[in-house]
Amino acid sequence: MRFVDEFRDAEKARVLSARIAELCEPGRQYKFMEVCGGHTHTIYKHGLEDYLPETVSLVHGPGCPVCVIPMGRLDDAIAIAEQPDVIMTSFGDMMRVPGGRGSFFDSNAAGADIRMVYSPLDSLKIARNNPDKRVVFMAIGFETTAPSTALTLKRAKAEGLTNFSCICNHVTIVPPLRALLDSPDLRLDGFIGPGHVSTVVGARPFEFIPADYGKPIVVAGFEPLDVLHAIHMILTQIKEGRCEVENQYARVVPYDGNPRALQVMSEVFELRPHFEWRGLGFISQSGLKLSAAYAEFDAERRYEVPGVRVADPKACQCGEVLKGVIKPWECKVFGTACTPEHAIGTCMVSPEGACAAYYNYGRFASERAVV
Amino acid sequence: MCLGIPGEIVELLADREDFAMVSVAGVKRVVNIGLLEDEELKAGDWILIHVGFALSKIDEAEATHAIRMLEGMGQAYTDELIALAKSDLSE
Repeated sequence: MRFVDEFRDAEKARVLSARIAELCEPGRQYKFMEVCGGHTHTIYKHGLEDYLPETVSLVHGPGCPVCVIPMGRLDDAIAIAEQPDVIMTSFGDMMRVPGGRGSFFDSNAAGADIRMVYSPLDSLKIARNNPDKRVVFMAIGFETTAPSTALTLKRAKAEGLTNFSCICNHVTIVPPLRALLDSPDLRLDGFIGPGHVSTVVGARPFEFIPADYGKPIVVAGFEPLDVLHAIHMILTQIKEGRCEVENQYARVVPYDGNPRALQVMSEVFELRPHFEWRGLGFISQSGLKLSAAYAEFDAERRYEVPGVRVADPKACQCGEVLKGVIKPWECKVFGTACTPEHAIGTCMVSPEGACAAYYNYGRFASERAVV
Repeated sequence: MCLGIPGEIVELLADREDFAMVSVAGVKRVVNIGLLEDEELKAGDWILIHVGFALSKIDEAEATHAIRMLEGMGQAYTDELIALAKSDLSE
């Protein structure tokens, strides 16, 4: 209970913890996946596993957008960045992500002009202010950030900006969950559903999880009590023989999401037949590209890119971490060759990655687990 | 990037459609509110901001909870605020 003092709601957490224990059937093991990296962060930061019976284990899911970008896509972006007069822009989280030929930071040091932006609208502004340059936005993220890219592209089109384009790496949350549920590697008893992505897509798209796979899912907020409450709700469903989508985060997440955001996304993007995810391989209809109406802004059409699949480093086990097959500390290079300062894998680079969260907060728990 | 940061709308910018002046951690920022056009936003409303866009309207109690949790995150929240401070969506 190392972090208990930092946790102002510790008393409420202890009450929930006792109720969670009461709901568990003796002798039964439960395995729940928290889909979102934000939840992983909360779990480690507050030592939430200490509030759970030993029979309840949490595994980390693929909901970290930086973590799932495959090396080849980064190499494509770097190839564009190296072309004359190009300014590449992306979120700060992307800068240290290792590709087959190094990271954006490495490429910057070698002379490319790659800039961190907070918002795709900053990228648009750079394009406006640099009419003699070609500005490319490296777009990443789930449905949480995809509507922002979409609105930015609508604005670019309305302004008639010809020196702005986007290399689109947006992904959608449902297909990897289906892929994980189809995978024989992992037997899950339920899901803690992602919070922020659900503000856009709502809770309804997760109905396939109880309907097709017979597992409960509870969309949850990001506070420690939210996560414990969601676990309590999942276990209550199991105890009562129910199996459905519940929304613990209804104070922020409407069941049908944000209709305007969904509409803008459907206007600007279309599904790719396949998209590669780091560690998860190719997943059908899981990635977005620009629709025909926005083809003129598609950097993959404007520029020659290698488009080559690059295998992850052999030592890196991010794939197994992203699938919840192993815990971060079980990776061979965790905390030794791979640290946040010198990361081999994406799960250690991104602050939302399970390895970084574990490295920063969870080592005390792992020491106990190893002993 | 995926952190949702609460902000309080100070004013809707009459001369810039889809933009509002928002107070975030005590600093005024321009934020795009185009994804909330179905909501009737006004000064004093709280919104959750992702990468410069308001993604959802929240109540003040939720904003207070979220800010408390973000402050507890330490460096990740500080980095996000620094990135936000460098972003300038005013024209």
